[in-house]
Amino acid sequence: MTTVQDLGRPGYAHLGISASGAADALSLRAGNLLVGNAEGAAALEITLAGGTFEFESAALVALTGADFEAGIPMWTTVDVKPGERVRCGHARSGARCYLCIHGGIEIPLVLGSASTHLLTGLGGLEGRALKRGDILQRGERVWRPAAGVDARPTWSSPTIRITAPANADALCRAAWEVKEDSDRMGLRLRGPTLDRHAGHMLTEGVPLGAIQVPPDGQPIILFVEHQTTGGYPKIANVISADFHAVGQLRPRDQVRFEQVSIDTALTLLQAQEEWLHSLV
Amino acid sequence: MRVVDSSDRSLLLVFDDRISIAAHREVLRLTPRLRSMRGITNVHPAYASILIDFDPLRIDRGDVARTAAELFAEAAAAPWPEPRTVEIPVAYGGEYGPDLEAVAALTGHTPDEVIALHCSAEYLVYFLGFSPGFPYLGGMPESIAAPRLDTPRRRVPAGSVAIGGRQTGVYPMASPGGWRIIGRTPLRLFEPAADPPVLLRMGDHVRFVVRGPI
Repeated sequence: MTTVQDLGRPGYAHLGISASGAADALSLRAGNLLVGNAEGAAALEITLAGGTFEFESAALVALTGADFEAGIPMWTTVDVKPGERVRCGHARSGARCYLCIHGGIEIPLVLGSASTHLLTGLGGLEGRALKRGDILQRGERVWRPAAGVDARPTWSSPTIRITAPANADALCRAAWEVKEDSDRMGLRLRGPTLDRHAGHMLTEGVPLGAIQVPPDGQPIILFVEHQTTGGYPKIANVISADFHAVGQLRPRDQVRFEQVSIDTALTLLQAQEEWLHSLV
Repeated sequence: MRVVDSSDRSLLLVFDDRISIAAHREVLRLTPRLRSMRGITNVHPAYASILIDFDPLRIDRGDVARTAAELFAEAAAAPWPEPRTVEIPVAYGGEYGPDLEAVAALTGHTPDEVIALHCSAEYLVYFLGFSPGFPYLGGMPESIAAPRLDTPRRRVPAGSVAIGGRQTGVYPMASPGGWRIIGRTPLRLFEPAADPPVLLRMGDHVRFVVRGPI
């Protein structure tokens, strides 16, 4: 599945409108920087399997994200010739990659963003996934960056880090499996039944990456298309620096969590931002 | 007001642990002030709390908490705004309200009594959430409370007016839904191209009125 995404439409949660945006925002931003776009320019988010994209005119592109079998090298700038077809096949590991084009993608903005919110049919191309025959326009090009950088990240983490108000041992000691019915709204996990904190939960605002426990005791990581408010108990939250890793989870992946302090979470985020800005 | 860390980029302001008009008023007065803070990316008001999303690379959570406390004090002294009352015309029953008869049977009323009771109250919009423009309404008469469907419908038409437990609401967009549908309004509660894109606002008073077929 391929959709148009950018960094989403924050600022409307008080109206019940979810920010949406790229599931692995880090890879989208990196790809845009590689082709000389603003970090948040609209790009194509390719999930699990892509397709073939024909370029009517010459273009400078970059493909970032998980390791996909593709007709062009990943994590570097590539010159595409007029009439050339770029093939993006299956993900070998991970879930998503981003095809970023110098000039971005010209798409009518909805509430300031080109992001597709599939659940409500907002934004992107007619609020839906792309299909064969769709034609997209490139936006205005500004300057051309130097090509040939190999930007593939050399860092990764074996666990997804979380913060929590209390001890999150039960969550962190188990191995969790990503269920089939996971999507941009939430990653559903299978594993030991977690204790729900007893008592009625008053509906309250929910942040990105919240880990909630519904009545069946199986945790859900709320993700980019999550609802703005919710009533299930929340036990932990994924750290900002690991949102990109959540965006790369696919069904049947194994996940382990590690609890860290907010200060550690912020140090990791700062380091990640420094890596991103070293690409230009 | 208690301030609680919610994640590395969000804080939860808690005013009460239950629904109350006093807590609602605190949420209502503080929310617009928070939205204009530098570094704040989203504000999620709810019954008795407000979640603030911020960019931790631009602003420190201690500063967010301190500024929120200042704005809270300022808001408490502000005059109480006059609420708007919005009328929502509803075509009840028939093809627009397939669950009206079931609600009547479950609550020991006739369908006409359910309609009359539903229209008799003046509802308060506590906040918008769950989906674009969806109002969390307070004030539905308890005698027409009806349990959610065992199996949610895959698609509830936009504008559907429904009862779920002790709550009532209107589905702004077509979506899956487990509430009991008693009618439909032609009003668009969410219109992305409009400014503002939603019909209702937190703090509005709402009345449902009977209208003929759409």
